[in-house]
Amino acid sequence: MNAVPKIPSSLTDKQFHYCPGCSHGIIHRLVAEALDFHNVRENTVGVASVGCSVLAYNYFNIDMQQAAHGRAPAVATGIKRVLPGSIVFSYQGDGDLASIGTAEIVHAAARGENITVIFVNNACYGMTGGQMAPTSLIGQVTSTTPKGRTQPEAGYPIKVTEMLSTLDGPVYLSRVSVHKPAQIRKAARSIQKAFRYQIENKGFSLVEILATCPTNWKLTPLEAVKWLENNMIPKYPLGEFKDVGV
Amino acid sequence: MKKLLKGNVAIGEAAIAAGCRYFFGYPITPQTELSEHLATRLPEIGGVFLQAESEIAAINMVYGAAGAGGTVMTSSSSPGISLKTETISYIATAELPCVIVNIMRGGPGLGGIQPSQSDYFQATKGGGHGDYRLIVLAPSSVQEMYSLTTKAFQLAETYRNPVMIIGDGLLGQMMEPVEINDSFLTPAQVDKPWATTGCQNGQRRIINTLYLDPETLEELNQKLQQKYSLIVSQEQMAESYLTTDAEYLLVAFGTTARIAKEAVEAARRKGIKAGLFRPISLWPFPVSHIAPLINKSRAVLTVEMNCGQMLEDVKLAVNGKTDVYFYGRSGGMVPSSKEILDKIIEMRDRSYECCS
Repeated sequence: MNAVPKIPSSLTDKQFHYCPGCSHGIIHRLVAEALDFHNVRENTVGVASVGCSVLAYNYFNIDMQQAAHGRAPAVATGIKRVLPGSIVFSYQGDGDLASIGTAEIVHAAARGENITVIFVNNACYGMTGGQMAPTSLIGQVTSTTPKGRTQPEAGYPIKVTEMLSTLDGPVYLSRVSVHKPAQIRKAARSIQKAFRYQIENKGFSLVEILATCPTNWKLTPLEAVKWLENNMIPKYPLGEFKDVGV
Repeated sequence: MKKLLKGNVAIGEAAIAAGCRYFFGYPITPQTELSEHLATRLPEIGGVFLQAESEIAAINMVYGAAGAGGTVMTSSSSPGISLKTETISYIATAELPCVIVNIMRGGPGLGGIQPSQSDYFQATKGGGHGDYRLIVLAPSSVQEMYSLTTKAFQLAETYRNPVMIIGDGLLGQMMEPVEINDSFLTPAQVDKPWATTGCQNGQRRIINTLYLDPETLEELNQKLQQKYSLIVSQEQMAESYLTTDAEYLLVAFGTTARIAKEAVEAARRKGIKAGLFRPISLWPFPVSHIAPLINKSRAVLTVEMNCGQMLEDVKLAVNGKTDVYFYGRSGGMVPSSKEILDKIIEMRDRSYECCS
């Protein structure tokens, strides 16, 4: 008899509001499966950020706080300092984490705050309609770079995970993708590991997940997967940038 | 037990006595001694002192910590409070108890570091976006820095609302004897079923300020307004000094009230029946306390270290029943009792002109 896929107990049965072909649904499931795997659902506090995943508190079947734009790592820090025995994670997009929230993510990482950050990079502001994000690629057409992003006007994309890997605070930094089943399995293992390090009180962990945004990229879901593979991965290479276990 | 304490230190000791175990802040003059004191004291008693990367991060740590059930405080000074206001709005909306201290300095802009009261509007009229209120307490002695801080934590827990204490560098720096209230030293455990501590016992908790459905958001606003009405009816605090027969009523809070008191005494020596009304709660403004005094007054003089902010609340309370005068110094300049006395005499002379 084949096993029937079930909803992880760390997810509610509420239907996602995400667009067809968006990666958030897969990533939510991977995070929930990791919490289930470690059996920490009842001891976890999640922090939702501002952007498409602002409603994450409706989907994760755990205690949640919703943070102001960019401030999730600071909110998570406050929670963790009061509840050092709890598992605390933030779930943030690239506009939230890599633009308005750069100070908070850098300093939470530098402190070695014992939290886990799930960082979803889809190279645009999704919720507000596809504006340029700090992670948008050179040449990428967005609603605020209608002729494509160029450096003199709009600067270069920020590689957050590489940048954080120069700090002493983080114990685990990786970049994964969820555009193919094999990549999804790798992402699942990476997210599991990030939470394991927190459970073991090792310190700050962050998993950057390359994600598709077909709606704002103006592509079909299949074209979006190809675009991610052909354009994002060469600029945002996958892999583990820091791992204290190695 | 009496101890000689600096104002800023008194706030820190009172916070600890009231059960505060978490402090998140960012260095800014003139609240520095408060942070520095807690950096030593909190770890000694198993608490957490964290110097944040910014004022914004500090107040968001307060949000997270309060939401997780911690008894928490932050402190700053005027420009730093401006930076915090977005999240203060979130904290008020999510109904998280916490105490925020503003040791005010002269503004606007980066301004200076000398004593000022120019954040009255910011503290009492919102500061951030949306229809929210802070409970605002204004101590005028080191003793009150202590007693109103303990009171602030009680109010924050009772109403699940942020409470702001506003002082200035003069109160923060001065040393006075303080009666330490030991009854607070073992704070009662407050039950916080709404706090996000992990959903071990059934229903999960969500701390949120996003309400995309306008009907639901209006309901939230109505619920908050009901709470604010209750606070207005229950928590007005003020001190009246020589007001029983006062014909000339001075209104001043905090540092300014100390100087105004001297001016009232000087006026009395000259045979002018002056009295002082000192709001202790700035929000709610103590309308019910001042109303009976206004009816007996020939004129009212509001004295502030700003360009006329509490003046608006005094005028609302007076509601045209008598003349309201204003004397203010700004930018960190402190009014002298002589300047205030001159203003009282001028007010007396003018009110006689009107009546003759």
